Amino acid sequence: MKESLGLRKLKEKFPNEIIEISFHFGDETILIQREALFEAVKFLKHEEELNYELLLDITCVDLLGLEDTIQTAGKDRFEVICHLYSFKLNHRIRLKIRVSESEAWVESLTPLWENANWLEREVFDMFGLKFKNHPDLRRILMYEGFEGYPLRKDYPLKKRQPRTL
Amino acid sequence: MKVNFITTRFNHILGWARKFSLFQYPFVTACCGMEYMSAACAHFDIDRFGAGWTRFSPRQSDMLLVVGTVNQKLAPVLKKIYDQMTEPKWVVAIGACAVSGGIYDNYAVVQGIDKIISVDVYIPGCPPRPETILDALIKLQHKVQTQTQDWKWKDKFTGK
Repeated sequence: MKESLGLRKLKEKFPNEIIEISFHFGDETILIQREALFEAVKFLKHEEELNYELLLDITCVDLLGLEDTIQTAGKDRFEVICHLYSFKLNHRIRLKIRVSESEAWVESLTPLWENANWLEREVFDMFGLKFKNHPDLRRILMYEGFEGYPLRKDYPLKKRQPRTL
Repeated sequence: MKVNFITTRFNHILGWARKFSLFQYPFVTACCGMEYMSAACAHFDIDRFGAGWTRFSPRQSDMLLVVGTVNQKLAPVLKKIYDQMTEPKWVVAIGACAVSGGIYDNYAVVQGIDKIISVDVYIPGCPPRPETILDALIKLQHKVQTQTQDWKWKDKFTGK
């Protein structure tokens, strides 16, 4: 599979931080170290030839129970995924990091994109990951007084927390 | 003999008047709303049964149609709207979500609006056909006609 310009540039810039690269239906996924995520997306956004200037999504996957099947990057529980898009290249790129339960924090992307604010609040609301330097890390979808993080795999399926009227 | 008078009972005539002038408040939150719109517009024409006036103020309506999914965050809003409606009032739960939570058996969705407010008629279906909504309206009209008319409701609140 022919690598895109964005991926080639990223490999040049971050040779040691990239853990794994995979392709799926023509889209590239880059697993990168957590500490390097902010610098990597900043590079992709501001590099003259690339201009991945649209943050499409930030989301998260809970891999509880699947840690043993993952070979790379230890056995960390959460996977945070960023989707970027470049108008200049008409190309999408996906960056992933792994986050462990004991150190559930991620560098916030709000200094780079305003819309990261709500996307990160949603990840915090559903998975309980803390975003460093986030200006307003509150729940966004669930109501006040809701306990726990409902999209974590260990949240009880039948647990109900009716909102007090 | 020329008949120029009729006899009836007060309860009966009040029920007759009420059942043919149900002002509705549609609390539409999800896809069942499409079927409701179809029922309310010319094709199925809910106005044939005297429930044609859609009042978008709870204070002027007496039939609350809960159409669609109600989640936990929305629950206080629905409760407030129900409380704002003046007596007498009736509630129709339209669609599987409003009846029981439907397919959304999860942390976010209220498992049936009867957890929050009392319901008179339940309409199953995902979504229900407009004919089902009309059928439910006829059932509600039957209920309105046959129930004991609560016309001294003002006294209840003033304590007379």
